[in-house]
Amino acid sequence: MTDVLGSDPIDGAAKEVAAARGRHLVLGEIVTLYALSVLVALFLSGLLVSLTGGSARDVFSALLDGSILRPGRWGLTLGSAAPMLLVALGTIINSKAGLVNIGQEGQLLIGAAFAAFVGTRLGGETTGSVAGFAVLLTLLLAGGLGGALWAAIAGALRFWRGVPEVLSTLLMVTIAANAVGYGLKKDWLLLAPAEGRSNRNQVSEQLADAVRVKRITVFGNEFPLTVLLAIALAVVVTFALSRTVPGFRLRMLGQNAKTAQRAGVDSTRYGMAAMALSGAFAGLAGGIMLAGGDFGNYQLVPGFSVSIGWTGLLVALVAREKASAAVLVAFLFAALRTGSGFLAATGVERKITGVVQALLVLALLIPPAVLYIRQRRRALNASKERI
Amino acid sequence: MGAIWDIIGNEVTYSSAMRFAVLLLFAASGEWVAERAGTLNISVEGMILAGAFGSAVSYDITGSIPLAILMGAFCGFLVSTIQANLSHRLPADQFVVGLTINILILGLVGFLDNVIEPSVDKASQATIPGLASIPVIGPALFDQPWPLYLVYPLVPAVWWLVYRTRWGLEVRASGEDPNSADVSGIRVNKRRRQTIYLTGLTSGLGGAYLVFGAVGAFADSIVGGRGFIAIAAVIFGGWTLKGSVAGCLLFGAVVSFRLSLPDQGYDGINTEFLTALPYIVTIVGMAAFAHRVRPPAALAKPFLRGLD
Repeated sequence: MTDVLGSDPIDGAAKEVAAARGRHLVLGEIVTLYALSVLVALFLSGLLVSLTGGSARDVFSALLDGSILRPGRWGLTLGSAAPMLLVALGTIINSKAGLVNIGQEGQLLIGAAFAAFVGTRLGGETTGSVAGFAVLLTLLLAGGLGGALWAAIAGALRFWRGVPEVLSTLLMVTIAANAVGYGLKKDWLLLAPAEGRSNRNQVSEQLADAVRVKRITVFGNEFPLTVLLAIALAVVVTFALSRTVPGFRLRMLGQNAKTAQRAGVDSTRYGMAAMALSGAFAGLAGGIMLAGGDFGNYQLVPGFSVSIGWTGLLVALVAREKASAAVLVAFLFAALRTGSGFLAATGVERKITGVVQALLVLALLIPPAVLYIRQRRRALNASKERI
Repeated sequence: MGAIWDIIGNEVTYSSAMRFAVLLLFAASGEWVAERAGTLNISVEGMILAGAFGSAVSYDITGSIPLAILMGAFCGFLVSTIQANLSHRLPADQFVVGLTINILILGLVGFLDNVIEPSVDKASQATIPGLASIPVIGPALFDQPWPLYLVYPLVPAVWWLVYRTRWGLEVRASGEDPNSADVSGIRVNKRRRQTIYLTGLTSGLGGAYLVFGAVGAFADSIVGGRGFIAIAAVIFGGWTLKGSVAGCLLFGAVVSFRLSLPDQGYDGINTEFLTALPYIVTIVGMAAFAHRVRPPAALAKPFLRGLD
C-alpha cells in the first residue's frame, strides 16, 4: 500500500510539512488502512466462494436481501443483534478491567437455563399481564444471575487459585453445554412435562404469553422491545465506564494494576465484579433470547445459544472496547446471520458466513496494530531530530 | 470398588487413554515451548484442526499417509504464521488473534469439508515385538497405529531443543525477562514467533495423528476443544516438560473414559457427565496446581521495544 508519511527517516523540511498537515494525513491513513483491510477480507471470501463453484456476487446480494432489503428482514436482524450487543457490552467491561473472558457462550447458555427455569416455574397460562411482567423481570434477572455466577467461578479461580481466566472461561463453555443438556433430560430441572411434547424431544416448557417480551412493528418490521433495552444498556455502560468512580477504578485496574493497587483499588474485588458483570450481561442476553422470541420459539432447546455468545465476543473485539461502535458492529454481524438464511437459493453452504465474519474480524485487527507501530516510529524519529 | 479395579487392570483402558493422550502430547510439546517463550497460544485448537483437515484432504488426493502427515504439519504451520506475525510482529493482542483464528479455521474447515468431503483410512497397526507383550501397559505403548510412535522422538527432541541448545536458552530468556534478553542481543519477538511456528508444526502433526492414528475418519468436530486441554496440561504441569507430559496422560485418560467406559459395559453413567468430565478435571487440576508453580514471568505479556 502507499505510504502516507514515509516510514524511512525523512528530512526535517518534509517532516515539518507533514506535521502541519498531520491530522488530515493521519485520518486519511486510518481510513485507507481500514478500507483496504475490509476489502481484502471481502475479496478473500469472494475468492473462496468462487473457487468452490459459487458466485460471489449472488452470495453478497443474497446476504444483503436476507438481512436488510427484503420486507421484514431488518426487524429480524435487530432481534438477533440485541443479544450480541449485550454480550459485547459485558465483554467490554471485563476487557477494560484487563481480564480476558472468552466463555460468553457458556455464560449465555447458563443464563438462558436459569431464565427458562424461573420463567416456566413462576408463570403459567393463567398469569395476568401485570404479574406476567413481574415474572418477565424476575426471569431476566435470573438470567443475569446465572451468567454472573458462571463467570464468577472463573473469576474466583483466577484470583484465589491463580488459574488463568482465559482458559477456565473457555473450558467452562463445554461444561455449561453439557450441564444444560443434562437439565433438559430431567423434568425436575428444565424438561417439559411429557404431555404436549413428542417423546424424544428434549425441550423445556414454552413461556406463557404474559411472560414474553412485547414485540413491536415498525414499517412492517417486527422486533422485540428488548432491542431498546440493549441500546439503553449500551448508553449506561458507556456512561458508567467513563464518568463514574467505579468505572474509573476499573479502567485503572486494566491499564496499570500496580498503580491501581497503590491508589487503593482492591484488584480482587474489582476484578471479581468485572467478571461477574460480564457474565451477567451474557446471561441477560440468554434471557432476552428466550423471552424475545427470535430464538427457539420461547423455549429452551438443545444448542439454544447458536453461537450468539461467540459472535458477541467478536463484536466486542472488533468494536475495540467502545460501546457505541459495538452497536453498529452487532448490527453488521447480525445481518450476516439473518442474511445467511437466504443463501440456500444460491447453492452456497451457509457456513460461509462464519468464514466471512472471522476474516472481517482478523482484517480489522490489523489497522490499529499498524497505526500503533507507525505512531511509535514517528515519535522516535521526531525525538531523534530534537537531539 | 470392584468396578474401579476392573477398569484399572484392563489393557483396553490404557490403550484408549494413550490414544487420546498422544494427541495432547503432540500439541502440548509445542505449546510448552511457546509458553516458555511467553506466549499463551490459544490458537492451538485451530492449528490441530487445520492439520487434521489438511492431512485428510491430501490423503484423499495422494493416498499416501506419510505425505498426508507432512501436509498436516505444514497446514498447522500455515496457521501459526498468522498467529505469530499478528501477535509478535504487529502488536495485536495474542488472545484476540488466537480466538479469531480458532473461529476462522472452524468456519473454514466446516465450509470446505462440505464441499470436498475427504475420505480417509486408519493407519496400519504396528506392533513392536517383545515390548508389546509387557503386561498391562505394553499394548498401550507399543501396539498402536504407527503415526503414534512419532511422539516418542518428538518429546525428547523438544526437551533437548529447549534445555540443551543456545536457541532454547534464548527462548527461555524471552519468556522470563524479555527486556534483559533484548539488551543482551536476543531478538525476543523473533524467538517467540519461532516457538509459535514450532507449535504449529507439532499441532499439525497432532491433527494428522488424530485423523490417521486415533479416529480413521474426518469430521469438523474432530478436535472438539481438546487443543484447550493441551494448553491446560502445560499449566497443570507447571511449565515443565515432564509435568506437561503427566498432565497430557492424566487428561488423555479422562477424555478416553467417554468411549472406554461404555465399551467395557459401564453404561450407567450419564453421557453429559462423561463428556464434561475432562473439562471439569482440567479445571480442578489447574486449581489444585496452578498456584504452587511459577509461570514464565513474561507469560502472555507482549514485548514492545521502541522499535522492532
